[in-house]
Amino acid sequence: MTAPVLLAERLCKSFGALKAVDDVSFQVARGEIVGLVGPNGAGKTTTINMVLGVLAPTSGRVEIEGIDLARDRSRALAVTNFAAVYAPLPGNLTVEQNLRVFGMIYLVNDLQQRIEQLLERFDLKRFRRTKAGVLSSGEQTRLALAKALLNRPRLLLLDEPTASIDPSTARDIRAGISGLVDAGDCGVLWTSHNMYEVEAVCDRVLFLSRGRILLEGDPKQLPRQHGAASLDDLFVAVAHEALHNGGSATAQAAGAGA
Amino acid sequence: MNPRRVGAVVLRQLYLYLGSPQRVLPLFIWVTLDVVLWGFITRFLGQVSHSTFGFVPGLLGAVLLWDFLTRVMQGITTAFFEDVWSRNFLNVFASPMRVTEYVAGLVSIGVTNSLVALVAMFVVAWAVFGLSFLAYGVAIAPFLLVLFLTGIALGVLGSGMVLRLGPASEWLIWPIPTLLAPFAGVFYPLNVLPTWMQVVSHALPPAYVFTGMRDVVAGKPAPWDQLAIGGGLALAYLALASLFFAAVYRFAIRTGLIARYSAETVT
Repeated sequence: MTAPVLLAERLCKSFGALKAVDDVSFQVARGEIVGLVGPNGAGKTTTINMVLGVLAPTSGRVEIEGIDLARDRSRALAVTNFAAVYAPLPGNLTVEQNLRVFGMIYLVNDLQQRIEQLLERFDLKRFRRTKAGVLSSGEQTRLALAKALLNRPRLLLLDEPTASIDPSTARDIRAGISGLVDAGDCGVLWTSHNMYEVEAVCDRVLFLSRGRILLEGDPKQLPRQHGAASLDDLFVAVAHEALHNGGSATAQAAGAGA
Repeated sequence: MNPRRVGAVVLRQLYLYLGSPQRVLPLFIWVTLDVVLWGFITRFLGQVSHSTFGFVPGLLGAVLLWDFLTRVMQGITTAFFEDVWSRNFLNVFASPMRVTEYVAGLVSIGVTNSLVALVAMFVVAWAVFGLSFLAYGVAIAPFLLVLFLTGIALGVLGSGMVLRLGPASEWLIWPIPTLLAPFAGVFYPLNVLPTWMQVVSHALPPAYVFTGMRDVVAGKPAPWDQLAIGGGLALAYLALASLFFAAVYRFAIRTGLIARYSAETVT
């Protein structure tokens, strides 16, 4: 087995007395899409922020392509990219200007050619001179994904990438990301509240609740293994149990999943 | 430090200028208005005072130099605010760009903006009021350099303050030059100030610049030793401001301030 593109080892993050992420470890392999799911406030975005280097863990470490993020942040993030609904690109720059500025930041070679490829892939050619701020939310999502692929990242972090787009476009995006992963050395960490999407796209899923991983496994197998009708039902059951039983639910659920 | 990443920060600002004339006009308009206003005031004072004091070089020159410092600072902070206003921090700081590259980009923008403003000021002052800094030759360069370094230090300090305190704190940054002006002796010699103000003045690099410029305008030799003290102070403040920004950045990474910056949370 090849080395993982992402290794998160015993990550913890506390804000005062609150443990937002508590001893979380996982890996993302090349050619793998890993879903990170959980109820609101479970610690998904905190985990992603730690992987992106914008939030230092209280303890634990992150390696991207074998590069320790804390020690060599710039080199680790050069092979990483992300798209998130809460991080829109500057609305006062055009689509093409945004891609050029971020292409320079990520030191993309043959930048103009890469921009043209991405404009084509995400159907953004007609918007190249349109300010990003006036695009529809779906178009902005496509722009964010184009930016996220500028540097052909080895690790791609997608935080609810299809949250605000129509089903048809969402399907195209899912197919596009799956194709990208199948074709290359990229690994993807994908958060979503859409369990249908997670089941359709992810090779493996991590259930996070109250900052801890409760379950892990193949999203197509997990519901049957735990007596749930669907991934959606399993999600609700696990979130509900964790909410009412706190830490004990973690052990039970983890034991059940083992 | 990779120059391409520094260039990306500058290019972003250039795109904003090209896309909106309302961002370009302030580079010229305020300094031009200042020159015109103070030009006529100094001309009037010259007419009514019957003094041998050169009001045009003494007062108008001081306004020009103070405006120069202000433009340097605001060039840096405004470029930083563009990322605040467009909620771009996560995209910038979750990228491989180093904080030194980002700050270098901001400083490059401040340098360019201030040089544009300086040329505009010189041209208007010369064309309308006959004040030519070229008459002082290259001797004026060290004076400008000290102001320049001070402006950069203030810009980096102001950006660090806004990063630490949140978007709403930008109103604290704009008046910094106005707060410093009375202590810097822009329009008067330091000996007219009360003692406690003079103590503060001697810690400010611009005070050495304006004291020196008044000597030069009065026909005395430039006090290079005093200017060297001002230059040393400016370099020290620039180093301290850079350390401050780096410390705030580390704090922001440790606490998650960058990730939730738009929430204006101060912890």
